[in-house]
Amino acid sequence: MKPESKAAILDPLINENPITFQILGLCSALAVTTSMMPALLMSLAVTAVLAFGSAVISAIRNYIPDNVRIVVQMTIIASLVIVVDQVLKAYAFETSKQLSVFVGLIVTNCIVLGRVETFAMKNKVVPSFLDGLGNGLGYSLALMSIAAIRELLGAGSLFGFTILPTVSEGGWYYPNGMMILPPGVYFIIGLMIWAIRTWRVEQVEQPEFRIRHVHRTQVSS
Amino acid sequence: MSTYVNLFLQSVFTENLVLALFLGICPFLALSRRFDTAVGLGVAVVLVMTLTVPVNSLILTYLLGPGALDWAGLPAMDLSFLALISFIGVIAAIVQVLEMALDRYFPALHQALGVFLPLIAVNCAILGASLFMAERRYTLGESVVYGFGSGIGWALAIIVLAGLRQKLRYSDVPDGLQGSGITFICAGLMAMGFMAFSGIRL
Repeated sequence: MKPESKAAILDPLINENPITFQILGLCSALAVTTSMMPALLMSLAVTAVLAFGSAVISAIRNYIPDNVRIVVQMTIIASLVIVVDQVLKAYAFETSKQLSVFVGLIVTNCIVLGRVETFAMKNKVVPSFLDGLGNGLGYSLALMSIAAIRELLGAGSLFGFTILPTVSEGGWYYPNGMMILPPGVYFIIGLMIWAIRTWRVEQVEQPEFRIRHVHRTQVSS
Repeated sequence: MSTYVNLFLQSVFTENLVLALFLGICPFLALSRRFDTAVGLGVAVVLVMTLTVPVNSLILTYLLGPGALDWAGLPAMDLSFLALISFIGVIAAIVQVLEMALDRYFPALHQALGVFLPLIAVNCAILGASLFMAERRYTLGESVVYGFGSGIGWALAIIVLAGLRQKLRYSDVPDGLQGSGITFICAGLMAMGFMAFSGIRL
C-alpha cells in the first residue's frame, strides 16, 4: 500500500481523531453508546456513508456549481443515509429500533459534511474514498471505546455477555448507573481527551486567557 | 391544556435536546465561548425550530405518512421513507426564507442573527426535533409546543454553558483538559443538574 493511502487511513485513528481531536460529529455518537451493539451498527452506518459519500461527491466534484454545492452534497448524503436506514430496518430491526432517529441524523453529522467540504471536493476519487474510510474508522474507534466503558461499568457486560456479574444477578459488582445516564458520557469523553492529550502533548490547546503570575515582591502593598 | 404544559416542561428540561439527547452538540461546544454569541444563536434556534417542526408535521400528515395521500385518491401510498430528505429540504428552505424576510423587514435583527442562520440549516438539533415529532406522531398543536419548547431548552443550555465558560477563564485548568476537555466536564455537570428535573409533572 502506498504511504499516503496508509496515512489517509491511519492518521484519523488517534492523531486526528474526528471525535477527540476535531470535536466533530458528536451529536449521534453520544446517544447510541449505552451498549456495544447499537454502537457497532452506528459505526458501520457512518463509515459506509462517509466512504461512499466522499467517493461519489469527489467523482462529480468538477460538475457541481460552487454556489449550490451544499445542497448537492446534502442530497447525495441524505440518499445514502436513506439506503443505509432501509438496510438496517430490513436486516437488524431490533437494534435499528434502539438507534431510532440517530441513523437519520447522520445527514447532519458534521464529520460527513466536514470531510466532503475539506477533502473530497479537492481530491480524486480513490484518496477521497480512503479519507472517508479512515475518518469513519476513527469515529468507530472512539464510539466503540466509549460504548465499551459505558456498558462494562454501567451494566457489567460487553455485547450483552456478562463480564462482571452484577449484584442483582447474585454477583459482586455494583453497577455504576451514571455511566448509562447522559452525564456519564460527557465525563468519559472529557477524560478520554485528557488521557490522549497527556500522551500526545502536541494536541493540547493553548488557553485563550492566562492569569498573570505576579511574584509577591512585585506587588506594591 | 395541561398536556401542552407538560409537553413544554418535558421538552425544555427532562428531555433537553443537548443535555439528555445529545443533539446539536457541535455548535453547543464550538460557539459557547462568548456570551453574546450564545444568546444570538439561541434566539435563532428558537425561531427556526418553532417554524420548522409544525411545517414538517403538516407535510408528514398530508403528504408523506401512511394513508396521507387519501385526498388524492391514493390511500395505499406510504411515502414515509422520504421524510428525512424532505425535512432537510424544508428546513433549508425555511432558513433561507427567514433570512430574506428578516433582511427586508427587521434589518437590525438580521444584523444580529445573520451569521447564525446558515449554520442552523445543518444543526442536528433542528432536524432531530422534526424526526422526534415524526416518530412520536405529535399533532399540529403538540408539534408547535414541542418545537418551541425544544428551542427554548437548547437556547437555555448554550447560554448557561457560555456563562460558565466565561467564569472558567479565571480557573487554573490542567494542560490536557484545556479547551474542549474542560468544556465536556462542565456540560456533564450541567446535565446532572438538569436530571434533577426528571419526574416533574404538573
